[in-house]
Amino acid sequence: MSEDFSHVIGRVLPAPENHLSADKLEEARKARRSFMGKALAMGAGVAGSTLAAGRAMANEGDPNILTLPEHSTGLGQAVATHPYGMPSKWEANLQRRQSPGLTRVPQASVSFTPLQGLFGIITPSGLHFERHHQGWWDIDPSKHRLMINGLVKRERVFTMDDLMRLPSVSRIHFIECGANSAPEWGNVALPSVQYTHGMVSCSEFTGVLLSTLLEMCGYDKKRAKVVLAEGADGSSMTRTIDIERAMDDCIVAWGMNGEMLRPENGYPLRLVVPGIQGVSWVKYLRRIEVGDEKYATKDEAVHYIDHMPDGTHRQYTGIQECKSVITTPSGSQTLLDKGYYNITGLAWSGRGSIKRVDVSVDGGRNWRTARLEGPILPKALTRFNIDWVWDGKPAILQSRAIDSTGYVQPKINQLRAVRGTRSVYHQNAIQSWRVAENGEVSNVQVY
Amino acid sequence: MKALVLTAAALAGLVFSSGASAQIQPWHEIGRDATPAEVKAWDIDVRPDFKGLPKGAGSVSLGEQVWEGKCASCHGTFGESNEVFTPIVGGTTKADIERGRVKNLEEGSTFPQKTTMMKVATVSTLWDYINRAMPWNAPKTLKTDEVYGVLAYILNLAEVVPADFTLSDQNIAEVQKRMPNRNGMVFYEPLWKVNGKGDVKNVACMKDCPVEAGVRSTLPDFARDAHGNILEQNRVIGPVRGADTTKPAPKSLPSGAAAAAPVVVAAAPAGAGDAKALLSANSCTACHGVANKIVGPGFNEIATKHKGRADLEAYLVGKIKNGGSGVYGAIPMPAQPQVKDADAQAIARWIASGAK
Repeated sequence: MSEDFSHVIGRVLPAPENHLSADKLEEARKARRSFMGKALAMGAGVAGSTLAAGRAMANEGDPNILTLPEHSTGLGQAVATHPYGMPSKWEANLQRRQSPGLTRVPQASVSFTPLQGLFGIITPSGLHFERHHQGWWDIDPSKHRLMINGLVKRERVFTMDDLMRLPSVSRIHFIECGANSAPEWGNVALPSVQYTHGMVSCSEFTGVLLSTLLEMCGYDKKRAKVVLAEGADGSSMTRTIDIERAMDDCIVAWGMNGEMLRPENGYPLRLVVPGIQGVSWVKYLRRIEVGDEKYATKDEAVHYIDHMPDGTHRQYTGIQECKSVITTPSGSQTLLDKGYYNITGLAWSGRGSIKRVDVSVDGGRNWRTARLEGPILPKALTRFNIDWVWDGKPAILQSRAIDSTGYVQPKINQLRAVRGTRSVYHQNAIQSWRVAENGEVSNVQVY
Repeated sequence: MKALVLTAAALAGLVFSSGASAQIQPWHEIGRDATPAEVKAWDIDVRPDFKGLPKGAGSVSLGEQVWEGKCASCHGTFGESNEVFTPIVGGTTKADIERGRVKNLEEGSTFPQKTTMMKVATVSTLWDYINRAMPWNAPKTLKTDEVYGVLAYILNLAEVVPADFTLSDQNIAEVQKRMPNRNGMVFYEPLWKVNGKGDVKNVACMKDCPVEAGVRSTLPDFARDAHGNILEQNRVIGPVRGADTTKPAPKSLPSGAAAAAPVVVAAAPAGAGDAKALLSANSCTACHGVANKIVGPGFNEIATKHKGRADLEAYLVGKIKNGGSGVYGAIPMPAQPQVKDADAQAIARWIASGAK
């Protein structure tokens, strides 16, 4: 346990490396308030100090400036200390995490991306959400094979050597699990954006277009209606993909964010199906079969189907429709003070690119259009920002995305009016975050 | 050979028309033809029209035998268990089988689960999935007749076929006509085609928009820290912090803007420590929690039960490798011969030392 509070400066209280006890936390707060009071009284612009010495030095300035730290007066570490670099130890709070109670078997489960702390549109590969159906593997790439069979002139086998010789593309796309935000079809259930929306990630994928491979194999243009993608792992995940999708922008990918795919994301080969729910992005891809009829695989006939009010299920509803969420300020974060905030978030659409994002701070009565950051790419996350001055009063923050087809992200009651409340998948409603007078942000439903 | 010639021609820079021959690209010959044996080895999918279904047959009683040894530990003796996976059987009726629609999926149903047999419309789906992905920790190890048998057993539990039934490639199409939810699936093309139109409409109102009064749903108090302390799940710098969800929300904005002191706490990996990593890697955690029963006892329960037993480590290695039943109830633990000896030793040692 660290008891050194020497980093305390201004509003910012950087962390000791270990957890503080409740007592120490309170002590830190009290000491800091007492110091802050004096500092303010003395008119110091920036307050800060070692807690013990701080009061005495407050009128001189920030001891983090006045007293040179070790990293300014000592020798740092050598090159290649970490041959594969890792994030700063100060960033350890941002991790993939499981949602307790969501699943009972860790090999058929999910870990969520910490969207609350990410910038821009690219998800760091180590924080890309995980969804495994029967555990993950780290497969020897020299032994991995891709087979293409079915309605083709030539049934072919490719090694990784073969595939990586082929003309490749690198494209940025989002991948979202069809069950992202699923627990909230009925009511609010989750505390933070990591758990409400953390089954979406976005990466630059590199690979050969599936259309290139299908052309090489001479697929039957008259009869082909679908392809079946199949994985090499225990679950041998199989998913039916429309031939139009297959021939459009699907990628048989080995690269992700400049390196090879991570094992948890399908190393050495996965299918990228832009705009379609993540379950179709088959990992450890071993086979593509060209067919003339849909396959009704387990995850097309028991799961990833939409339960409608009349008791039927919609099958093959794979499109991830237009959606957005504010990532800061977001659920279970706390604002440190009144005043200016940059509201920031992410928007995406499986049907195209993001055209506009509007933000409301009064629960949807009035809206302003946010700034879209570039690049704005089809079927990719798009970052938005908008200025907001918090007056300390309760507020309800919402974002509403519009995609290039003109589709407007719906409210949860509009979704329920059509699809009921017993569905699990494809919940793309406007998310509401309530900012309370105490600065805490919480997950609410307002429509 | 023709393709090779064309490829050579392309490389030589000969002029192509933009017609069919232009599809022969210089990379055309990369890869090789699949052999019939290779296609047979991997092309295992079975479609709703039963294309791909291998010849074979299995009785309900054969299925029951396989079930008790390889399936019941996760799914329960009657496929009803909700302990590890959602139940396979339950919630369907004779009337559903007549109609091909499951009443318990309709509005007003109070049936607590959506079981596999309530949802699945196509019997091929079950055959395909059992064959490709089951048993859980040893997928693709069932013989073809065993797959038929296990499926016959499930269908018998759901009263789709009688107890003396033998399911085969010859009669499976008849069984399809008795699937309880066979008429319960709808193909909705707008959510299959990228250029389809959505079924839910909103308008981009900008000013004085209609909103229903009040907050309609909030996070229940008991869920405040159900996902751990969110303070420890946010960055320690920046415009916001995570809220300390181990405590009630503060009454007001902390004076002097004193927010909770941020802390850096790395998330514990799913299996911290060597033994726990082994438990995860060997799928032990599919059935055992560290401190809780799932299908089998929690590891701490095992440690407590046998505390003081001198040969505990060797005893547990035997239980891991050979399986057993009766010590913690009727559900048997299947033998785990695939667990390496060294791994079994390490796991046994960890349990024997208290499973902490």
